[in-house]
Amino acid sequence: MNLAIKDIRHGLFRFVLTCFGLGLLMTVVLAMIGIYNGLVADALAVVKAPAADIWVVEAGTQGPFAEASSIPADTRDAVARMPGVAEAGAITYQTIEAAHAGQTLRLYVIGFEPGRPGGPQRIAEGRGLGTSHFELLADRKTGLVPGDTIRLGRNRFRVVGLAEDAMNSGGDPAVYVTLADALSLQTALDPAAARVQVARGDQGIRPATVAAVIARLEPGADVALLTATVRQWKHLAALSQIEQEDLLLASVVDRARRQIGLFLGILLSVSAVVIALIIYTMTMEKLKQIATLKLIGAPDRTIVALIVQQAMILGVSGLGIGLALILLVKDNFPRRVVLEPFNALVLTGIILVVCLIASGLGVRAALKVDPATALGG
Amino acid sequence: MTLGDILVNVQGVAKHYGEGETRVDALRSIDLRVHAGEVIALLGPSGSGKTTLLNVIGCILAPTSGRVELDGDAVFDGKWLRSDLRRLRLDKIGFIFQAHNLLPFLTAEENVSVVLDLAGWPSEKGRARARELLDYLEVGHRAKAKPALLSGGEAQRVAIARALANRPRIILADEPTAALDSGRAQLVMDLLRKLATEQEACIIAVTHDEKIFDRFDRLIHLRDGRLVDT
Repeated sequence: MNLAIKDIRHGLFRFVLTCFGLGLLMTVVLAMIGIYNGLVADALAVVKAPAADIWVVEAGTQGPFAEASSIPADTRDAVARMPGVAEAGAITYQTIEAAHAGQTLRLYVIGFEPGRPGGPQRIAEGRGLGTSHFELLADRKTGLVPGDTIRLGRNRFRVVGLAEDAMNSGGDPAVYVTLADALSLQTALDPAAARVQVARGDQGIRPATVAAVIARLEPGADVALLTATVRQWKHLAALSQIEQEDLLLASVVDRARRQIGLFLGILLSVSAVVIALIIYTMTMEKLKQIATLKLIGAPDRTIVALIVQQAMILGVSGLGIGLALILLVKDNFPRRVVLEPFNALVLTGIILVVCLIASGLGVRAALKVDPATALGG
Repeated sequence: MTLGDILVNVQGVAKHYGEGETRVDALRSIDLRVHAGEVIALLGPSGSGKTTLLNVIGCILAPTSGRVELDGDAVFDGKWLRSDLRRLRLDKIGFIFQAHNLLPFLTAEENVSVVLDLAGWPSEKGRARARELLDYLEVGHRAKAKPALLSGGEAQRVAIARALANRPRIILADEPTAALDSGRAQLVMDLLRKLATEQEACIIAVTHDEKIFDRFDRLIHLRDGRLVDT
């Protein structure tokens, strides 16, 4: 006879309500884990998107994500000619705000050369960029759909395709345009300002600069050797893909990551205290029954099993409810919530340990109960 | 009445709490023998030591000195572990409580069979025994009801069934009729006497209920921890 299950069934409504309350707390814990993962995934998405092996940036900078980087656009040709480089592409990044459908969209504009590295790995809907100007690929989170037009700078662009999970570390969704359009967007002056410059004698001819040049290497090529070779050019620096990812995590998202990690630790501590209190209260309400059980000869293990099993059922049910809720609502969060099966497994382990420790308080109280209490009337 | 085996043999039992000026003597040199088939009552004012004596006989409280034998086994002789005393309670002693103390989350049948479950009976056999006892006590029709749905008399009979489930030879009752009206109190006492005879058990009850005094074989009076009259 399982006394824990019998007791739960006796007060099922109350137990379910308690589980639901704990489930809401678990939802918050899971949301924080998901946001934490999402923060890292978002930050890395833009670095991983071009599937590059080497990032060539301005010397003395940690560009283009950790700090600004500006190098001549023709660096791409120099990099492409290096032994071991399969292909190279110039790339630019900038954040702009644009009006669309009565709303202001904050967009992360990525300029790349179609046919070269730098564009999205997969087009989820529509097609890739087909002309040199005024077409864009948008991340689905922008809310744009193929066929929409949007004004960026002085020109109107047509959405021809959609990508997914492309955004910067701040969570701004990305749009891809051709490098030529991106450079124009960065450098073109308002007509009035251009006229002032011409009146001053400025011919308006400036060398094109890009944020970085990315390169994919041939199989077997030595990344370390190539980056070392690039660094010999005094105006350039080079980072491997791994270095770029580490740099981004360390410099851009580290503080936010630690903040969320700390908050997650506090939430788990609160959960532990709440579970301990619930189990303790549930036990204290049953002291007379526990005394009766002890008096009629129930061994300590029966009493311990009653409390620990209820604690475990409470924890697992709460976690289950939390998982179900977060899976239902995660797409409504303004930032990406990424939950992996591994996270759920680890949290299950943590909650089970917390329940075990938390039930210790209840077990201690139960084992101290004098069986004579049952005779007290 | 023919006296059967000595089931409870208490010799020179004393129990005190505290030391020096704070010392309280709850029991002083108690001698008591109870035979199989006997139904006896422990009487006395509050603080006289009735409950302490019941706790000592029930293996809940160790005496400070003296000897206690239950069904031939000398307990509290230093060789008994807490788990041994628990097992002894399970096998040889049945408890009937003033407020019946049924577990609210179990049905009447489960409240009886839980004792057998703890004693290691197979569940089918335990359930059959529980049904048999409930039928015997005329509450078989309430076997699936939770305690909250039982009347006072029904709940007390279920509690008696639980006390008898593992066929104990010593039954300790704490105010067994306190929650019952006069008629039901007489019925419960008749039932306890019948069980004592049929199962060759002894029944020791703490009571203040004068209406049932005539149903006991002996009335044992305690005052200030001493037996003053039998």
